[in-house]
Amino acid sequence: MEVTHITEQNFEAEVLKSQIPVLVDFWATWCGPCRMQAPIIDELAAEVSGVKFAKLDVEECARIAQQYGVMNIPTLLLFQEGKVAASAVGLQSKETLKEMIGA
Amino acid sequence: MYDAVIVGSGPAGLSAALYTSRANLSTLVIGKDRGALEKAHRIENYFGMAEPVSGCELVENTKTQARNLGVELAEDEIFHISWDGHFRLEGKESSYEARTVLLATGSARKSTKIAGIRELEGRGVSYCAVCDAFFYRGRDVAVLGNEEYAVHELGELLSVVNSAVLLTNGLELQATVPEGVQVIETPLAGIEGTDRVEGVSFADGTSLKLEGVFVALGSAGAVDLARKIGALTEGASIQINQEMETNIPGLYAAGDCTGGLLQISAAVGEGAKAAMSMISFVRKQKQ
Repeated sequence: MEVTHITEQNFEAEVLKSQIPVLVDFWATWCGPCRMQAPIIDELAAEVSGVKFAKLDVEECARIAQQYGVMNIPTLLLFQEGKVAASAVGLQSKETLKEMIGA
Repeated sequence: MYDAVIVGSGPAGLSAALYTSRANLSTLVIGKDRGALEKAHRIENYFGMAEPVSGCELVENTKTQARNLGVELAEDEIFHISWDGHFRLEGKESSYEARTVLLATGSARKSTKIAGIRELEGRGVSYCAVCDAFFYRGRDVAVLGNEEYAVHELGELLSVVNSAVLLTNGLELQATVPEGVQVIETPLAGIEGTDRVEGVSFADGTSLKLEGVFVALGSAGAVDLARKIGALTEGASIQINQEMETNIPGLYAAGDCTGGLLQISAAVGEGAKAAMSMISFVRKQKQ
């Protein structure tokens, strides 16, 4: 599955109202670890079904990042039925993320 | 640009340099001090030493050997590594560019047993000023540390935050801080806050309101650098495979910073293995 690009406009529809769990990667262009997290998310998205994978640029969507208390990047939040079900701060391995999403 | 920049001039780093240089890779070894070996007065269990040798002697001999093989040696402390097609290392004295980088700074023998620090990671406690300064625009923060590394992190924050203080946690300040930055040398009792950082309390009963604490204790070790570029770490070790590769192509780690057996022989072996991987990476890149 393609990784969904989150904006202030589509956040509600793509994440909060999603029928399946969504793993959102909060990132920024200037953040080294975020750039290394991206290919891991891409790999997972290609392998795992039943979970949506999304990327949220904290500069573009500062309000959402603030709303969810994101103060470090990368931060990964797993949303289920509109609520945060799990979170991880800092670069995460593929294995850790698989555990987090129950894949 | 160097073919190989090796951060750390202990057994792992120097061992790797001997191989990369002999394979015609332009090689720079950046070291700060002699690390753990400085304190090893008698080494009796290293291969080929009929008489005990001191750690200093062993390292100095290998430095001479490396120089004779064309390795460049620089004394500097690296604070940050980034990647943009190639690696860029920022140090106190200079910055460097490299096709491959080996992290071999030994193990960080520093602890962060400050109450609240673990619990508030990601909730106001950060280990990367470059990454997270954005979230502290106009806020009051502190940097925890007493050496050049802490001052470097301060520099990343000062243009963004409302105010930044340096907390040395009872240690003597060993660097020059920018003018106007308050330095508090009182030992810490803990970092305060439940859901997020609200301040710090000191051993003398005083406290300070803060919204963020950036940890930059001691000098920037391999694990600190790995975290900043995005190499996977596990506790105090960098995650590597059998070829000494991290998850980042071109970035390797060897010696004590990878965990395992903290012995010179192990570090020398890992350095050699890392060098083989670096040589093959550079050759492929140049083809």
